[in-house]
Amino acid sequence: MNDLTKIRIPRAINWNRLEDDKDLEVWNRLTVNFWLPEKVPLSNDIPSWNTLTDEEQLLTIRVFTGLTLLDTIQNTVGAPSLMPDAITPHEEAVLTNISFMEAVHARSYSSIFSTLCATKDIDEAFRWSEENPHLQAKAEAILRTYAPGNDPLKRKIASVFLESFLFYSGFYLPMFWSSRAKLTNTADLIRLIIRDEAVHGYYIGYKFQRGYEKLPEEEQLALKDYAFSLLFELYEIESQYTEELYDSIGLTEDVKIFLHYNANKALQNLGFEALFPPEVSEVNPAILAALSPDSENHDFFSGSGSSYVIGKAVATEDEDWDF
Amino acid sequence: MVGSTPTLVYFSSKSGNTHRFVSRLGIDAVRIPLSVDHIADVAEPYVLICPTYADGEGRGAVPKQVIHFLNDPERRARLTGVIGTGNRNFGATYALSGRIIARKCNVPQLYSFELAGTENDILRVRQGLETLGRHLCSTAL
Repeated sequence: MNDLTKIRIPRAINWNRLEDDKDLEVWNRLTVNFWLPEKVPLSNDIPSWNTLTDEEQLLTIRVFTGLTLLDTIQNTVGAPSLMPDAITPHEEAVLTNISFMEAVHARSYSSIFSTLCATKDIDEAFRWSEENPHLQAKAEAILRTYAPGNDPLKRKIASVFLESFLFYSGFYLPMFWSSRAKLTNTADLIRLIIRDEAVHGYYIGYKFQRGYEKLPEEEQLALKDYAFSLLFELYEIESQYTEELYDSIGLTEDVKIFLHYNANKALQNLGFEALFPPEVSEVNPAILAALSPDSENHDFFSGSGSSYVIGKAVATEDEDWDF
Repeated sequence: MVGSTPTLVYFSSKSGNTHRFVSRLGIDAVRIPLSVDHIADVAEPYVLICPTYADGEGRGAVPKQVIHFLNDPERRARLTGVIGTGNRNFGATYALSGRIIARKCNVPQLYSFELAGTENDILRVRQGLETLGRHLCSTAL
């Protein structure tokens, strides 16, 4: 009888009574964006894969096993650990979607492997991921924070850093290949993952901000200190991980700039200011173009302001505004 | 026209990225309310800063509050330029709302930036608005 009274029965979720509009907005965004790796014609990358040197292939497989580990952590530990902390039942439902999509991401890397690589090389790379001290160290730093009983807001901080920062030492490489017109289908798949992670980082960061704003100033300061010191710890590990992977092809410094840029964006998701100054965060334009192809950047303000001509607004009917 | 910059109008959802950008910009700005039952009004030419909420196909890029705001022909006529914001991680739909509004209203997309913007974004937008303000002043009469 005593045991029975401890069971907490959740209330049936009513999506027609929202406590936070953001839950439905993000639910809709995530479900509309749902995808599976079978959607991407990865086999078209086989000729391109064969143009990579042995060293470049090894690097690529290792980078992808590293990403697989992060997705696995987020799927089985990270997102589920956030569920008991959810403020609204809808938040919990969104987290189940996030958790499942992380499983899709982890599964996608194996689709890439089975399309492009030999079984022996795949097995070797997974063994490497289990033994690489830097990869294990970042997993441990995050998992420590996810542990039961820890502060729910600290868990969200770690989760945002994983979603918006830790993936990017890995994501850099397929964006780099894509900028060289290599492995372009693989890059298409990675862009789908990047898109999902962006929504995850945004949403978890948003929920963090809702909790943070309710705290007294003293606790806010302590939590902010915690966030920045965790970021420093992770950055230290990421730097070593990056050097070990990318020194061989001379890309380490370029990757580090990409890390700074993404660390700043992760902090913004939490509502904090940037850490790395602009001079060390200006990402290689080829990588930016690979991230957001076809989003032509009209930069009127950086050009000559005097050439500005005021356009005359066209008289449109209200029903035209069906964006 | 008061001051050296044109009036700024912006939308920011509860996540607050655009709001944080505008606060750091240090220029007075009118915020389009979250509730469509309330309307922000501006009597003079203005620049709009609009975040993007597109799905993978680009649908829903412009927030409904902004559509509602621009649906008024007089308010729409006073729009002189748009700054689209977003996140490059959304690929081709990055800052899409700015491009849609620019095309729809036949105004230039002045700039785009990510999330709450960087220090460089703040500087470029501030300088750009000042240049634009002088230009609007000299052509106003």
